[in-house]
Amino acid sequence: MSKFKKKSTSSQDIPTAALPDIIFMLLFFFMVSTVLRETEIKVEQRIPRAEQLVKLEKKKLVTYLYIGQPKDAAFGTEPQVQANDVFIGIDGIIKWVNEEKSKLSEVERDQITISMKVDEEVKMGIIVDVQTELREANARKIMYAAPQKADEN
Amino acid sequence: MARSKDKGSQEVNAGSMADIAFLLLIFFLVTTQIATNKGLTLLLPPKQEEDEPIEIKQQQRNIFKIQINSADKLLVEDEPLDDVGEIRDMVYDFVLNFGSPGDAKKGKAKVSDKDVYNSLPASMKSYISRNLGSDDSSDGPSSAIVSLKADRGSSYAIFISILDELNAAYNRIYGERVGITDEEFRKLNRNDPRQKEMYDRARAGIPKAISIAEPTKQGG
Repeated sequence: MSKFKKKSTSSQDIPTAALPDIIFMLLFFFMVSTVLRETEIKVEQRIPRAEQLVKLEKKKLVTYLYIGQPKDAAFGTEPQVQANDVFIGIDGIIKWVNEEKSKLSEVERDQITISMKVDEEVKMGIIVDVQTELREANARKIMYAAPQKADEN
Repeated sequence: MARSKDKGSQEVNAGSMADIAFLLLIFFLVTTQIATNKGLTLLLPPKQEEDEPIEIKQQQRNIFKIQINSADKLLVEDEPLDDVGEIRDMVYDFVLNFGSPGDAKKGKAKVSDKDVYNSLPASMKSYISRNLGSDDSSDGPSSAIVSLKADRGSSYAIFISILDELNAAYNRIYGERVGITDEEFRKLNRNDPRQKEMYDRARAGIPKAISIAEPTKQGG
């Protein structure tokens, strides 16, 4: 009955020699796509969701403003504007925009986009003030950053 | 006599490489946050000059007014509205009203309202001729302006939800004009010449005129 003899003695193990390569590939993907947070956010950030989002093409031109109630109660409960690592008052926005603009090349300066990350509890008053300052500073392209709304249906 | 190395293998032991790689992988998996550069874009008006701005008389019918008060209640075209979701259809009808489309060529693309109307697909034309065209609404897409006025005391969340609705209305118009859905329109990649051409064709003659009006000073 040699026809029904057991299979040959070839090993049944899955070869795992390529496993490190696969892991390395994943590792490199995450290393490249990761952005280590360079600023510590000091304000509350529960950003309202929206549906009709647009993706910005040029990441280099985007700078961020964080607006919300300070996490640390020592700074009070009124919403604050944070840029980079510090709170800047409404008056500091023009100076800040000009500093950010000077980091860009000359042709791109007018295309600077301010991405505003605003907590949902914030009232419109401070946002309007910030926008007035941005107009003064000639940074007219703004974006209200928002995560994608989950489908309602 | 110094003997050369004994028979032991000369290779570095690579067996634990996978473990090390796993460790690093898990570290990056945990710390990574893929940056999201998504949001609602808006172009602010140019900075106000010292001298008084020239008063441009806009016909009331060409302005779609949305007001939010400090209690987050809406006033749309001078009537209270509870459901934010209705704004989308109202703005859609408002922009595509074609009350009295003009011949004047406006904007960068030099397209008049009549050209815009002729460029629309048949389904939109029949919708417009059946339901729209009223004298009380906008003359044509080039003169239609949506004005959003939020009180200083209103919340940011409601502002974003309304801005979202306005963008939805415009994206739907643009999308339908070139025969795609609003979602497909939003995802058009403007670096691709063919998609860029589609984007420009959709937007020609229909400016996205969303005006954020200066709010009233006192909480109302």
